[in-house]
Amino acid sequence: MTNAKEEIMRRIQNATHGLLERAREYDTISRNYIQSGTRDQAQRIELFCDRLRDYGSAVYTCQSDEITSGIANLLNTRQLSCLLVPSGFPAQWLPREFEFISDHRLTNEQIGRADGVITACALAIASTGTIVLRHSEEAGRRALTLIPDYHLCLVFENQIVETVPEGIRAMSTFSLAPITTISGPSATSDIEMTRIKGVHGPRTLDVLLVGGLNV
Amino acid sequence: MRISLFITCYNDTLFPETGKAVVKVLEGLGHTVEFRSAQACCGQMHYNAGYQTHALPLMEHFVLVFAGAETICIPSSSCVAMIRDHYPKMASRAGNPELGRQVADLLPRVFEFSELLVDKLGITDVGAFYPHAVTLHPSCHSLRSLCVGDKPVRLLQKVRGLRLVELPDSEQCCGFGGMFAIKNADVSAAMLSEKLECILNTQAEVVTALDNSCLMHIEGGLSRRRAGIKCVHIAEILAGTEPVSQA
Amino acid sequence: MSVRVGHAAEAEDFPMAAKKLLQNRQLRDNLRHATDVIRGKRAKVVNELPDWEELRSAAHEVKEHVLRYLGSYLEQFEQKCKQAGGQVHWARDASEANGIIAGIIKRHGESEVIKVKTMTSDEMSLNDALQAAGITPYETDLADLIIQLGEDAPSHIVVPALHRNRSEVRQIFQEKMHLKDLGDRPEDLTAAAREYLREKFLRVKIGISGANFAIAESGSVVVVESEGNGRMCVSLPRVLITIVGIEKILPRFEDLEIFLQLLPRSATGERMNPYNSIWAGPSGTDGPQEFHVVLLDNGRTNVMADPESSETLDCIRCGACLNACPVYRQTGGHAYGSVYAGPIGAILTPQLQALEHSQSLPYASSLCGACYEVCPVKINIPDILIHLRGEIVKRGDAPLNERIAMKAVGFALSNGRRLSTAQKLARIVQRPFEHDGNLQDLPSMLAGWTTFRDLAAVPKTSFREWWAERGKGTGT
Ligand code: SF4
Repeated sequence: MTNAKEEIMRRIQNATHGLLERAREYDTISRNYIQSGTRDQAQRIELFCDRLRDYGSAVYTCQSDEITSGIANLLNTRQLSCLLVPSGFPAQWLPREFEFISDHRLTNEQIGRADGVITACALAIASTGTIVLRHSEEAGRRALTLIPDYHLCLVFENQIVETVPEGIRAMSTFSLAPITTISGPSATSDIEMTRIKGVHGPRTLDVLLVGGLNV
Repeated sequence: MRISLFITCYNDTLFPETGKAVVKVLEGLGHTVEFRSAQACCGQMHYNAGYQTHALPLMEHFVLVFAGAETICIPSSSCVAMIRDHYPKMASRAGNPELGRQVADLLPRVFEFSELLVDKLGITDVGAFYPHAVTLHPSCHSLRSLCVGDKPVRLLQKVRGLRLVELPDSEQCCGFGGMFAIKNADVSAAMLSEKLECILNTQAEVVTALDNSCLMHIEGGLSRRRAGIKCVHIAEILAGTEPVSQA
Repeated sequence: MSVRVGHAAEAEDFPMAAKKLLQNRQLRDNLRHATDVIRGKRAKVVNELPDWEELRSAAHEVKEHVLRYLGSYLEQFEQKCKQAGGQVHWARDASEANGIIAGIIKRHGESEVIKVKTMTSDEMSLNDALQAAGITPYETDLADLIIQLGEDAPSHIVVPALHRNRSEVRQIFQEKMHLKDLGDRPEDLTAAAREYLREKFLRVKIGISGANFAIAESGSVVVVESEGNGRMCVSLPRVLITIVGIEKILPRFEDLEIFLQLLPRSATGERMNPYNSIWAGPSGTDGPQEFHVVLLDNGRTNVMADPESSETLDCIRCGACLNACPVYRQTGGHAYGSVYAGPIGAILTPQLQALEHSQSLPYASSLCGACYEVCPVKINIPDILIHLRGEIVKRGDAPLNERIAMKAVGFALSNGRRLSTAQKLARIVQRPFEHDGNLQDLPSMLAGWTTFRDLAAVPKTSFREWWAERGKGTGT
């Protein structure tokens, strides 16, 4: 193996001669693109909701002291009864009248049998309608939000940043955790460029937008 | 103003009417036109076809001929693109700093015909009369290299009697591409026939452009189809003073 | 060791392949429709960003910086990836990479893998190599599945099955999935693929992915996708193998803020693609327990070695240049004979493998510049095409008649006097071909012109002759 590495490194060494003058040093790369947003929180929330609806995701809202009833209303609307939650998901948010299974090393088959999954997220990006899942933390293991057909994600209003650069910078603080970013439900346009929702990931993504304080 | 005309080799040989029209328009505006007869070719064809070593002496000749010219007018956007985009690189590759300086000195004085009128002379109404329905093919070099934007449109809009018809899908390449038209004749012809469909849909009588190269290709297709639509360089429209006869 | 790009070395010349494909009306309709739709969507979301040009410039500068320091960034990536528990392999060319991957699979005693779309694996002909080693690869991207089941070749780097319409896809699925009553709505076809693949996602123990980006600073790998098959492949199997072309490195995690804006908008016309998966090494009980990265050269260092064209490696495989290209839009991807089609294919393929293969590709362009205009990392594709043409001429590989003609014309154009003589000569030489003011049935190279178009005869008086006469006071 080292052989191959040494040879590739030698080839690179030989090849980079001609590139020396042209390229910039990292710190002098011009980054004149927009880095931070200009919207206030209300406008950010509005933009985020617009984007989500554009993707066909439903957005529900509630206050931080109404999370339990917010979840209950939603599950009733969707007629779901058995949901997964990541281990460590705050039990006080879960309404009593439904069955919740906390993820303690569930097998993929067990995960597949549930109606859906409820998680929180690490942050959200308004300009692209993106939800950022940090795995094995608020969002649980990756399989949890992947195998079931329904995903309800809690987003707290103060978790929403405006621009992609703001989002990526926030993500860089936990870059070693597996991260999934979700911008609308899974989709394909591979057949005649017709956009079809729901290929392999959850076919339905609902967002419960929580006002008031982050928890 | 004293304006030196670089007519370009193919206009000189194949489209002398374009050159005459440029002279007529510029003189009509009160300028003095000179033609340095030692001029020949900018080197574009050789350069684009991969014969860069052949293009170099052509460029050196160009630089020599036009040294000291106050303002250079070129009725061909692809030749202007060649000069602007490639001359500096050619000079630096040739490892000739003096040539590089001469090129740098020359570039600000080089104008495509519509640029000269609109930017340098600040004119959009040249007092022309051309009573026809005309559609404009924005050639790729004028569009993406020179970025002439709406300059040709503004010039055409001021021509009395002229009805400008919008060309659908106008930014699509006509399929000329110099050697491409020959080396990939089938694909070039397929691109051309789409362009022709768009042109025929406009019901225009005349197609115009800033480049006779594209027009030659388009005209070749129109003529093969007996479409009865003429291709005319924009300079010839701007030189129009009376109805052209319906030959 | 030799560089191979799929089967490009054996491919037919572009003009010949194109000529045949141009006859296929269905193909051209499918192509036109698909590229029109993506172009429209792209234009809309690109126009939304007031800082698009600034993003492009930044991306270009980051990529050029990476090339300059590629060696040290690769070292850093390897170190960080290992620190995170990953295993790093280096492959000089495709067959070495294929061997490494087959070896890992065999060591685990497995005979099946699930794959998420990776053009690099197509470049390597990985599927052929795995099959030869008794391993069955399952493509999981819908388009790749269509290609695999249809025993077809990709024709686009982002939407590989764009040359197929719904009824063709239906036919393939009906046959290969044994679904007699399958409908032909895209919904039906997508549902069939979901059904067909779900069982494989849950069963197969080894996943293979490519990478859109690999981050030196953190050892992270990024997979950008839409369908969720990528998430499945990188998080459900026990073992994950990720193929990374050595040019895919970005210095820092934060650099994603540029590329994750440019890529989705350019590729599919979305503000953000539905899913991005980012990870560094195995992660406890979450996802694969074993993670391998294969760093692939396969000619990339050849490309780097020529400063005139090394920016080809800046490419992020968004496919925008294909959709914009008027040549690609006529012929489709198969004419390019390579897994990399369109403008990027026309410059990348001949540089990766030695230039004597695929010599017709640098000429498969009218140099209209539409590719450069849309390229999110500002690769000056027309300039590189011209440069590669120059290399072909330098090697003495251009056709003899062309070389003679260019030399003669170059002489004729070298000054005003010679041009004037040539003009007079042309008027004499053209006489036998002249009919009603047009030239017909020209010989040799020029036949390519007159087969499809008329050509007006050279006029009696050139401009310079008119000017000279006028100077004498007789001109008009
Ligand atoms: S060359 Fe540019 S436009 Fe073409 S695929 Fe690569 S990044 Fe996209």
